Amino acid sequence: MKIVAICGAGIGSSGILKVNAERVLARLGLEADVTAADIASLTTTASDAQIILTSPEFVEAIGKTFADVIVIENYFDTDELARKLDEALG
Amino acid sequence: MPVPPLSDAGIILGAEPADWQAAVRLAGQALTAAGAAKPGYADEMVRMIDEHGPYVVIAPGLALAHARPGPEVLADGLAVVTLATPVAFGHPHNDPVRVVLGLAIETPAGHLASIASLANVFNDSDAIERLAGATTAAEVLEIMGAPADTKDQQ
Repeated sequence: MKIVAICGAGIGSSGILKVNAERVLARLGLEADVTAADIASLTTTASDAQIILTSPEFVEAIGKTFADVIVIENYFDTDELARKLDEALG
Repeated sequence: MPVPPLSDAGIILGAEPADWQAAVRLAGQALTAAGAAKPGYADEMVRMIDEHGPYVVIAPGLALAHARPGPEVLADGLAVVTLATPVAFGHPHNDPVRVVLGLAIETPAGHLASIASLANVFNDSDAIERLAGATTAAEVLEIMGAPADTKDQQ
């Protein structure tokens, strides 16, 4: 499974999302490839992604996609990440 | 691996910026003072938010200001700016901001180990509150898990 974390620069915030998503997936016993990317490269990096993790600001720019778009409010709240990933994957 | 390099020069406590742009520029100034970025990096960080919205407010009370790696970045580095008066960035959930981090990264490859350390610091939900209340740079370095800055004592 492929998960892409999207932010404006492809570093920093999407990096934090990637790191914490990997921790949560390990906790849930799920395997996935998590990539951090910027919104500009979305069409290439996320074309085969099952899940896109991002913040509310990017939902519109991401637009129509086959992936589940999961909006994260607090990037450091691993419980929020776990709950939303579990819902999407369950 | 520790968090991206943070020194006394990169820390500003109890600032009173008029708005979020001024708050982000303070983080840029701190990165420049710490030798991590050229002055123009502050403009790039502001532009990222102008362009994409306040997504850098990634947790309640915390903004992670950053722009892309590029010619304005001199070295990997971190800045911490605490605000005496919280500032609204226009985020739907996480306003107002009390702590602004500035992040400069030279190359995307290899930055994730230090970002993971940053996540470790803030996965502790008390960290933002403690940073906001810090009164000395040494306290900030301790909360951030950064090595103590000994440059000024030599």
